[in-house]
Amino acid sequence: MNKVITKALITSAVSAAVIAGSVQAASITAVSWGGAYTKSQVEAYHKPWAAATGNTIVSEDYSGGLAEVKAQVEAGNVTWNLVDVELSDAVRGCDEGLFESIDASILPDGADGSSAADDFLPGTVTDCAVGNIVWSTIVAYDGSKMSGVATMADFFDTAKFPGKRGLRKGPKPNLEMALMADGVPAKYVYALLNTDAGIQMAFDKLDTIRDSVIWWEAGAQPPQLLADGEVAMTTAYNGRIFNAVAAEGKPFEIMWDGQVWDLDLWVIPKGAPNMAETLDFIKFSTGTQALADQASWISYGPVRKSSAALVGSYHNQPDLDMAGHMPTAPENFGNALQNDFEFWADNQDQLNERFNAWLAK
Amino acid sequence: MSTTKELIEQDGISLKDKLAKATKVQKRRALLLTMPLVIFLLVSFVMPIGQMLWRSVHNPTVSNVIPNFAIAIQQWDGNALPSESVFEVFVKDLVTAKKNREIGKTVGNLATRINYDIPGSRSLFTSTARKAKKLKAPFKESLLKLNKKWANPTLWLSLKRNSKDLTPAFYLAAMDLKYDERGNIVKADDLYQIYMSNFIKTIKLSAIITAICILLAYPIAYVLSVLPLRQSNLLMICVLLPFWTSLLVRTTAWIAILQTQGVVNDILVFLGFLSDDGRVQMIYNQTGTIIAMVHILLPFMVLPLYSVMKTISPTYMKAALSMGARKSYALRKIYLPLTIPGLGAGTLLVFILAIGYYITPALVGGEDGLLISNLIAYHIQKSLNWSLGAALGAILLVTVLVLYWLYNKLIGIDNLKFG
Amino acid sequence: MTLFNREKAIGIVILLAIAAIIFFTLGSITPAIGFFVMFVIPLYFMKPLPVFASKIDYCSNYLFVAICTFIFIFLITPVLIIIPLSFNAEPYFTFTQGMLNFDPSAFSTRWYEDIVYNGMVDPHGVKNWWDDMWNNAQWIRSARNSFFIATMSAIIATIIGTIAALGLSRSEMPYKALITSLLISPMIVPLVITATGMFFFYSSINLAKTFTGVILAHVTLGIPFVIITVTATLSGFDRNLIKASQSLGAHGWMTFRRVIMPLIMPGMISGALFAFITSLDEIVAVIFLADVEQRTIPRQMFSGIREQISPTILAVASVLVLISIILLTVMELLRRRSERLRGITPG
Repeated sequence: MNKVITKALITSAVSAAVIAGSVQAASITAVSWGGAYTKSQVEAYHKPWAAATGNTIVSEDYSGGLAEVKAQVEAGNVTWNLVDVELSDAVRGCDEGLFESIDASILPDGADGSSAADDFLPGTVTDCAVGNIVWSTIVAYDGSKMSGVATMADFFDTAKFPGKRGLRKGPKPNLEMALMADGVPAKYVYALLNTDAGIQMAFDKLDTIRDSVIWWEAGAQPPQLLADGEVAMTTAYNGRIFNAVAAEGKPFEIMWDGQVWDLDLWVIPKGAPNMAETLDFIKFSTGTQALADQASWISYGPVRKSSAALVGSYHNQPDLDMAGHMPTAPENFGNALQNDFEFWADNQDQLNERFNAWLAK
Repeated sequence: MSTTKELIEQDGISLKDKLAKATKVQKRRALLLTMPLVIFLLVSFVMPIGQMLWRSVHNPTVSNVIPNFAIAIQQWDGNALPSESVFEVFVKDLVTAKKNREIGKTVGNLATRINYDIPGSRSLFTSTARKAKKLKAPFKESLLKLNKKWANPTLWLSLKRNSKDLTPAFYLAAMDLKYDERGNIVKADDLYQIYMSNFIKTIKLSAIITAICILLAYPIAYVLSVLPLRQSNLLMICVLLPFWTSLLVRTTAWIAILQTQGVVNDILVFLGFLSDDGRVQMIYNQTGTIIAMVHILLPFMVLPLYSVMKTISPTYMKAALSMGARKSYALRKIYLPLTIPGLGAGTLLVFILAIGYYITPALVGGEDGLLISNLIAYHIQKSLNWSLGAALGAILLVTVLVLYWLYNKLIGIDNLKFG
Repeated sequence: MTLFNREKAIGIVILLAIAAIIFFTLGSITPAIGFFVMFVIPLYFMKPLPVFASKIDYCSNYLFVAICTFIFIFLITPVLIIIPLSFNAEPYFTFTQGMLNFDPSAFSTRWYEDIVYNGMVDPHGVKNWWDDMWNNAQWIRSARNSFFIATMSAIIATIIGTIAALGLSRSEMPYKALITSLLISPMIVPLVITATGMFFFYSSINLAKTFTGVILAHVTLGIPFVIITVTATLSGFDRNLIKASQSLGAHGWMTFRRVIMPLIMPGMISGALFAFITSLDEIVAVIFLADVEQRTIPRQMFSGIREQISPTILAVASVLVLISIILLTVMELLRRRSERLRGITPG
């Protein structure tokens, strides 16, 4: 028995040494949402940049939220160099001192010659963040099983379109969609949500389909739910659905009416090391060409106007044109609502509590 | 025996004292052996939890961001609005704070903190801070002119309350209570009551799961303990294999099995018990949570029961039967009491694991399978209200410790046998 | 026909009768056949009862065996079902129509390949393939991390835990109940609380996102198992052996090494195994405390369920299940062999 223990000790010591020897030191760590989205970033940003500069960049997944960043910054031990966050997190984190400020003047001009300030869509460059994509929450359904889904009201109509619905677990953007289904025009949605009556209206509308809802949390779940046949229609991130269609040949369709679009931006946690390389990466990955390249892997819109002209077809299917699948394409943008980050920054906590209480009843 | 004199040794010291002195060395040695582990646990386990509990009452945001104001507001008596001097201190502090980008001392932190009490005030603070530099005396008038919301006395009451470093506010929120406009403690709106009901649901669900585990574990533990070793080891694989398989994999397997288009529904439709449209929803709800968690926790109940049952000699039951007892009576009076240590260990373990479980309900619980640990994790990871998460965690911890103490009184910790 | 076979035949006839009733009421043959197949299996696991057993005894015995059979099937099915699922050609967690029809094109080993390819810089290249795989493949790295962390935690937990258990088991130990409660408290306190507390504390002392932090967390979680198993073993330990050894002149350490340790070895190993498995399967603390460098197998699996649905986790799980089955079978065969060698009739 002594021998067994000695052997075990030696093996573990040796394996520890081997592992220690072979663990590589990564130069910068970029954190993003995983799945098809991260893949598009790795192909369009990480690999070209690493090849061009010789640095290494590691990609890590997370599911949103600032908890990790906050913990790292508070402890003074930041290991994440770059995080891809939603606009409301970008603003909130900046206000609370979680991010480094980024000087917008370092951003390069657009490929068509316009200055960075003009080229970026309004609101996509803030004190601490540089935007990269426009994404949208839309309604998706299986085209081989149903057709004729045209408006947001159809999503809430379980009589005309029977079957379960998939919704993101949380008030956002379900409250907005509920109001739009009730016929509220996009431009009045947030004004209405700022009143108690408006919120009650949204919850009442959600109540009508309450029993048929399957709640999802991660971006990869809606395509899974549709593929399994668990739901007849679901809200989803448009890029993930597009990916299921293009890469896996699923017969999913997207209904763009009532889409709620938002931005994703790069931020740098305060106190992160390797600032020079990180800023260089940001400059590269938000350049015109990189953004257009990213759009050939997943259908999220680039935030630079100059990139629109360079957007081509899907990376391995030359006859699949990406332009028509962007949230910002004119034919999809008819009844679109931009997510109001200020409203959610103020009311997220309270509405989340109310939503959880509503769910529990 | 109280009338006999104490035994005294030849050198005048009582026997009792001598014994105590002799065993002192051994006692110290025994303590010394356990000290490394105790110290390790104190550092790596007790301190982190202690720090978390401290977070649930520590509330330094207001005094960190606007320190002078925190002192000045204490003079206010709570009626109407504070005086002009308080307003002046407030605006001056806000201007200083706006320049500060250190975490914990920014206006954003202050805004978030007050937003917990009064939703909607976050943008009020951030927008005011942006314009604070331009405000001139008289400050009260100019602030009210900037934004009418500053005339709300509830806001100033909240600021006054939160200027103190310790606060029960998070525990109040965790118990579905809140402060009203006058600063009294009242029950929160019906629309926002989640924590206490969720707590009760968690305990109920855990109790159901524990009960089902006991019912299922007893027969198979019995079978495993009476079968000859050759066969029982083969059957034991059925218990150990799930135990060793990753929790996530088992949960995923249950998703695949219980889905509406999954194995069970498919079989039931194939066999004709269900029509194709009438498939049963067994996942993403409480049923799915219960089934998955019972499957995951069953080995924890079987193993202690098995190890105890193995030590029960079969002659006891035979003796009882030979004396005329019916089998059910013998089971109840002889066998059951002998298995209490294993039953107790298994019940304790399963119940406590069930209360604290967070992964499985997160994956298969859907909307009504959410447990309190999911809410705690939500506050830690998503809403960043770490103090509220810590308060909820503290309440959960106290509940578990109370249950553990009860268990100790009823069954006794020395009776724990885990196999 | 022996008595027992007659009873079995009666059982089969009864089941056929019930199946026929089901056939006539529901109108289709498949439920009847399904019912019959399901309920005839326990019949074959029944053992002969004593001569004086009555009809009621047979019925209740059948019921008991049936219940046990179903519970065992309940336990093992999810584990076995992941094996066919891992050969799914589509990246979803369901049995596709193609798979149910046993269409060969619906099956593929792509997920097994993904275990090795995922994360590699150039999976189909030839040069430096092994280097590339060993350093970059995500699953391989997770496996390395998992085993490293689990081994270290098990060793450290066993060492400190055994020492503490030696102290605890002495009759003169003061504050025994209090210290025992403290030592098994990591098992009692809900994991989410422990993980959260450790997250804050370790972050503040720069231990989060390091191997040390994760190992310390796992040691904390594994200690209770070691304590309980070793104290249980020590409770049956004969103290006179220590006195005998000391009377023969052995000092403390030699007594421990030569007398105590061999005798409590089963308990130590069992505790170490529990600690090892706890660490291998531990996910909550790893979610909070580990960085991408320290990612373990469960953490990688969690990612494969939430952030990117990837049946690779089923492939990994199948491999692990296979390893477990082999391990358990080998242990059982060794046990039988040692029984044979010792001349004991197999139990």
